[in-house]
Amino acid sequence: MLRLFKKILTTGIVTESFKTPKDDELEQLGIEIKRHLDKEFSGSIAIREVDAGSCNACELEIHALNNPFYDIERFGIHFVASPRHADVLLVTGPVSRHMQTALLRTYEATPNPKWVVAVGDCAACGGEFGVSYASCGAVSNVIPVDVAIPGCPPTPLALMKGLLGLMKG
Amino acid sequence: MNHAQSDWTVDFLKQLNTTGCEVEQIDIASTALWQIESNHWQQFAELALQQDLRWVAGWAEHIQDRFFINACFEKQGVYVLLRTIVNAAKLDLPSQATVYPAASRSERHTQDMFGINFIGHPDNRRWTRHKAWPKHSYPLHKDFPVQGTPEPITLPDMDYPFIKAHGAGVYEIPVGPVHAGIIEPGHFRFQAVGELILNLEERLGYVHKGIEKIAEGRTPESLARLAGRVSGDATIGHCWAACMAMEQAAGIEIPPRAALIRGILAERERVANHLGDMGAICNDVAFMFAQMQFTRLRELWLRTNAKVFNHRLLMDRIIPGGVVCDLSDSSCALIKQDIVQLRKELSDILPAVDLNSSLEDRLYTAGYLPPETAAAFGTLGYVGRASGQDKDVRRDAPYPPYDQVIFKVPVETQGDVASRFWMRYKEIKVALKLIEQFIAHLASGDILAEWQTPPTGSESLGMVEGWRGEIVTYIRFGADNKIARFYPRDPSILNWPALERLVLDNIVPDFPVCNKSLNGSYSGNDL
Ligand code: SF4
Repeated sequence: MLRLFKKILTTGIVTESFKTPKDDELEQLGIEIKRHLDKEFSGSIAIREVDAGSCNACELEIHALNNPFYDIERFGIHFVASPRHADVLLVTGPVSRHMQTALLRTYEATPNPKWVVAVGDCAACGGEFGVSYASCGAVSNVIPVDVAIPGCPPTPLALMKGLLGLMKG
Repeated sequence: MNHAQSDWTVDFLKQLNTTGCEVEQIDIASTALWQIESNHWQQFAELALQQDLRWVAGWAEHIQDRFFINACFEKQGVYVLLRTIVNAAKLDLPSQATVYPAASRSERHTQDMFGINFIGHPDNRRWTRHKAWPKHSYPLHKDFPVQGTPEPITLPDMDYPFIKAHGAGVYEIPVGPVHAGIIEPGHFRFQAVGELILNLEERLGYVHKGIEKIAEGRTPESLARLAGRVSGDATIGHCWAACMAMEQAAGIEIPPRAALIRGILAERERVANHLGDMGAICNDVAFMFAQMQFTRLRELWLRTNAKVFNHRLLMDRIIPGGVVCDLSDSSCALIKQDIVQLRKELSDILPAVDLNSSLEDRLYTAGYLPPETAAAFGTLGYVGRASGQDKDVRRDAPYPPYDQVIFKVPVETQGDVASRFWMRYKEIKVALKLIEQFIAHLASGDILAEWQTPPTGSESLGMVEGWRGEIVTYIRFGADNKIARFYPRDPSILNWPALERLVLDNIVPDFPVCNKSLNGSYSGNDL
């Protein structure tokens, strides 16, 4: 137990803060997200992530948003387990045809008002997979999309920026 | 690659001959190709099993009015590509899955994609096909258009005949395809009594993106990009296997410096994924300290990737003929410094993890995979090695740069979640040493060999040890430098069935941690 506390104490807080000028872009983004959140969503949004056919790399970077460096929850953005609790769907991948109905149902299960963010080149435009017998291509071919965040995969910072775009839209 | 025939192939060929299974040996780049008559297909598998050959992969190819059916076997690091040809008029072939359970899902995939009827298959339900294309049409037939003829909305696959369980107190839990966490989609059907799992059935195929079909007609560069997205967490592994196969088919040798950089990339990918998994395993038993520490270390590792290689997850760093990014001296220094730091951090964190009794309570004995089961299913990578499967392509069939270094392959027989956790730690330690050795070996030179168009019809197999385990990729070129067939066999295809076994008699709440300890790729499985 002591080792554990010692490590926690010696690690300190790595979350990138406004005072560290080096990576301050992150903090500026976060603060701006927070301002918009306060206005439109009373301080927080709940995100349901849906992998509709991704290669899983987009998921890895979305995961990173919760690591101690980005700690996106401090800005009132948190991930939820059910679309019924969500304000925003974060959708990755080209939509595989085998996931089309599942995505449509997830969309329907999300209460209004709701926003859809297409994450990654695949979700934005079909990416490397495009439209085929097995793939519907871009998310907007299946459900309405409010913001697309390009990148293959988008970096955590790009994801933060994209979410900001949603708030401004 | 091993072109020389090792002892077992010579003896085995003799044995095949005496049993009437005639083998025609064909020379292709990199691997021995043995062609047999289709009526010997199953018999070959029986003899192969007797000789302890491991079933590696299976796939088919449509060429004019014939179908080439392939299976790959391995023993002592020597791979053999087995082929038979069936006529379009009669697509029957005796099943090898009756002999090798590992071949089961692969044959079901070939059945769905080509319409091959594997006679005697123990479970010939559809696998990859849900409702995106009709029953009697086959996407990998050459006359099946890439666009297919899809309905505006593809219906859900509601009538898949799941195995049923009856009895007092038995109930079913359907999970997915959309899961609660930030993970890939797939369906799990549990039968449970109380909290105990009686049976688990996986239903995958949700992220089938037609990768094999859309690969056809691509240029080598474009195929490498696609291969790098078969399973995004293993982008280096898949891209390397595909490039290796293409380079062999084209008769190209990559410069030594490129091979060393590929090695560094591959080991960096291994470390990044293992760090993520170790955190996630702890997270699934609510041990947040470790999750936070490991995700922190992973982030630092990825930031170095971004600095040195210009991409956090290393996509598109490997291209046919070599690599895109060279390593400067200062980059090497940064990588070395990072390794020192990571070792120090891990030596702080791991004892704290090891001494935690609640973690011990949850991880030890959970999700036990017996070595015999692992062997029967051909389980690969850290899952196999935690259950006594002493396999590693880097050591068994060494390819540059692994042929220049000496390293240990950790193996255990404990076979539980704890073992798969600690296996990852051991593999990180080996990977860090490998990176240091590769950097020490770096001599100045080119990082890209000039490409040359491979002869029409040339084919080859690429084998690498990805972070999840052995990746085997088949490539055939058509005319004009264009890909005619691409089949990537992700280790997950062989590891997923092990999950169905290792969760038995565990409690339902332990499923997430059992699943994470295996961490199969859905995308790499579904293609
Ligand atoms: S955008 Fe790139 S990283 Fe994301 S799912 Fe598509 S291929 Fe994978």
